[in-house]
Amino acid sequence: MSTARMRDLRVFPGFGLLSVGCVVFLYAPIVVLAIYSFNDGRSVTRWAGFSFRWYQTVFANQNIQTAALNSVVIAVIAATVASVFALGAAIATVNGKKGGGEGAYVVLTFPLMVPEIVTAVASLVFFVAVGISLGFATILIAHIVFCIPFAYLPIKARLESMDATLPSAAADLYASPANAFLRITLPLLVPGLVSGWLLAFIISLDDFIITALVAGPGATTLPLHIYGMLRLGMTPEVNAISTLMLAASTVLVLISGLLGQAGRKH
Amino acid sequence: MKKAAVMTALFASTVAGPASAAGDLFIYTWGEYTPPEMVEKFEKTYGVKVHIDTYDSMETMLAKLKSGAGGYDIIVPGHDTMTILIGEKLLEPINVAAMPNYQHVDEMWRDVFWDKGRLYSAPWAWGSTGLAVDRDIVKGDDTSLKILFEPDDAVKGKINMLRDVNDVINMALRYLGKPRCNDNPEDLKAVLDLLSTQKQFVKSYNSETKELLVSGEAAVSMSWNGYAMRARDERPSIEYIYPKEGYTGWMDNVAVPKGAPDLENAKLWINFIMDPENAAMITNYARYANGIKGSEAFVDKALAGAPELSPPESAPVPEFLTACTPAVTKLYDRVWTKLLR
Amino acid sequence: MSARPLALSSRIPSGLAHAGLLWPSLGIILAFMIAPIAIMLTYSFLVPGAYGGVEWTFTTAAYEQILFERDFLDDSLTFTPDYLIIVARSLTQATVATLLCLVISVPTAYYIATRSDRAKNIWLFLITIPYWVNLLIRTIALLFVLRDDGPINSALLDLGVIGQPLALSYNGFAISLGLIYSFLPFMVLPLYSAFERFDFRLLEAAYDLYASRKVAFFRIVLPVMRPGLIAGSLLVFIPSVGSYLAPDILGGGKTLMIGNLIGTQFQAARNWPFGAALSMILLTITLIVLLWLARRAAQQQRSN
Repeated sequence: MSTARMRDLRVFPGFGLLSVGCVVFLYAPIVVLAIYSFNDGRSVTRWAGFSFRWYQTVFANQNIQTAALNSVVIAVIAATVASVFALGAAIATVNGKKGGGEGAYVVLTFPLMVPEIVTAVASLVFFVAVGISLGFATILIAHIVFCIPFAYLPIKARLESMDATLPSAAADLYASPANAFLRITLPLLVPGLVSGWLLAFIISLDDFIITALVAGPGATTLPLHIYGMLRLGMTPEVNAISTLMLAASTVLVLISGLLGQAGRKH
Repeated sequence: MKKAAVMTALFASTVAGPASAAGDLFIYTWGEYTPPEMVEKFEKTYGVKVHIDTYDSMETMLAKLKSGAGGYDIIVPGHDTMTILIGEKLLEPINVAAMPNYQHVDEMWRDVFWDKGRLYSAPWAWGSTGLAVDRDIVKGDDTSLKILFEPDDAVKGKINMLRDVNDVINMALRYLGKPRCNDNPEDLKAVLDLLSTQKQFVKSYNSETKELLVSGEAAVSMSWNGYAMRARDERPSIEYIYPKEGYTGWMDNVAVPKGAPDLENAKLWINFIMDPENAAMITNYARYANGIKGSEAFVDKALAGAPELSPPESAPVPEFLTACTPAVTKLYDRVWTKLLR
Repeated sequence: MSARPLALSSRIPSGLAHAGLLWPSLGIILAFMIAPIAIMLTYSFLVPGAYGGVEWTFTTAAYEQILFERDFLDDSLTFTPDYLIIVARSLTQATVATLLCLVISVPTAYYIATRSDRAKNIWLFLITIPYWVNLLIRTIALLFVLRDDGPINSALLDLGVIGQPLALSYNGFAISLGLIYSFLPFMVLPLYSAFERFDFRLLEAAYDLYASRKVAFFRIVLPVMRPGLIAGSLLVFIPSVGSYLAPDILGGGKTLMIGNLIGTQFQAARNWPFGAALSMILLTITLIVLLWLARRAAQQQRSN
């Protein structure tokens, strides 16, 4: 059958427009944010002319750079570890085995259900009571814990919607379970893994209150720094660092896109 | 394991750096509140490496100290938090009054009620919480809280209140002429009625007052003096008023938490910031008044004359309030919940 | 015909391998989450400390406070709807946000899944790049776009479409918008990844059988998306209920949602037991919603 007809069948009218609208909605505030990062004045709402001064401030500000770097490193590690753990958990709990399966599901989504401030205070009290000294390790542990549900749910969803026949066919051809998993299931899981990783990453990058309470001296992340800045009023310096984060993420996407070009055989 | 290697690297990156002859100093303070040139000067003078961590509120800092999590050498509590910290025995008695630079501390900030005899802390900066109005919309030179609680039509819907239980309730109490730290149910009922009636004219309960004033969304706002000054930079018609019914004053103090790892360096820092030239850096950077005599000589001329930093003769004396008792806190919280439910 | 569940479970030897897959996650959560929450549960039955923290005296006062209060003037114990109103509002806002998110995300996820391989990834990243900006900043930025003299109102006023600025900010509408804005990828990504492997020949078969577009969508496409719908709904609803930035900044702080209320108890109000009690209630509610959704999903799978 002709691909033209196929293409036509897959299209639902209005979906494309809605998706574009979605992206516009997501980016409108970001664009405003980026524009005001070039504001000559100290306001983030009143334009006073074009200037790079806030970028100069950011580049001269060691603290904010360290904080941003810390945030990204922590987010990458937390998202990766959480995704790996979540992958295992998803495979083991797919389709809810009776009894224990439901219990595991509740535990795995538990960090999602507790209000952040409660997790923050409770973790602080816990760490101190058990004698774990606060620092980067405590931040990482706390982040991994709350990232797991965000990675687990998309991976599980992906797993559950996959066709069952493929692994059976592999087994019929005498592939071992491990082999079947590595060469058939895992590659098919990639969109779920990527979704899970991305969600875990952005949730870790954003976290404030939990990090604030379990961080030790010398361990600052970007949200901690930004929230602290707001005591003296928001300045376009915040816009500048945010725009720089956006630029960094765009660059990373471009790089991964270029890398992904090589060896794509779907 | 790879993870261990990475974590070790992360740990190392926080602890390493050029080996300082005289160790480190861990400061826990508000963001953008410590002048970089002051840090540099201190580091050069004493060879100590300074690390600054920031908190977003006194409560976060209090929660961490109370929980027993240590590691900080310097904290910067507000005066009402000082009372709590001293009461809970969370501060080191470093006897600031005996330090060489104490002679520069202005008399009015010496024997303060939150730290009698300055045993625990030195003054860092102080300010007030008053009213910022856009004189293009609120004509005249009235300095009464009436502007806030019984607004003219032009102001209705353009009022902003701070998102702080105590500040809001205190403003209401002042307008009604009732005492602060009030546990009288009748008074509090009156406060709730006043605030509930006012609510329909209020645009928001937001502590980010500067942008609201600058963008014109708020014509009248409760405001810290520093924010009002920054707003006036961008919008010259903003005027900071010291309400004649009274207004809150506050002072941030530098203190040392109990069990600070670098006690000697902490003491050096506190002595250091009481020097007039250094104290002036605070004012120039954070744009709040400091508590040190003789610093005027080093403060930017523009700041020195700013109305936000020096109240006019006619203004009442600022009220430095102590933290209220838990019973009062509970009552205030109920008023706040009822107001915003 | 919808995809049958992956029978991978039948291929994993139960016991060691199963445990090895599951226990890293369970273990770390149990160790670092359950113990802290047990502490919180204990706190909810204690007396508040003078300036935060707790005193070790047993009391159920925190739970009583949710429903009852001592009247200001005559000290009698009366029922108070204050906290129930706040809880109800939070649940309503979260539900509305989740439903709207769903309505926006389903077509978007579908659209992305029907792009070319390269375009798919670009779309995914396009959707997540804004989230590299901190949530607080994004929320403030959204406020700046929505306010009376923000770009939307200015543009509409200039074009003469409206005479007065639209009240897009400092109200419930702004809060809903803010919640959607905060959590959109949490719905889009799971939907997309659940749907991505959809065999479009099924759709063709449906059309060959004279199914209308609407029927094809609701009876062929949506069921395949279902696991993603469950995952996405949980990931949007639960954080929305506990959200504190959106009501604070976009709502102008004029109404309290349960996230703000709980936060205040650990901060200005210095009533940790009450905050803990409220959290336990919130936890119970979300647990019920979670189990309900999970049961429905399991039933759906079993009936296929």
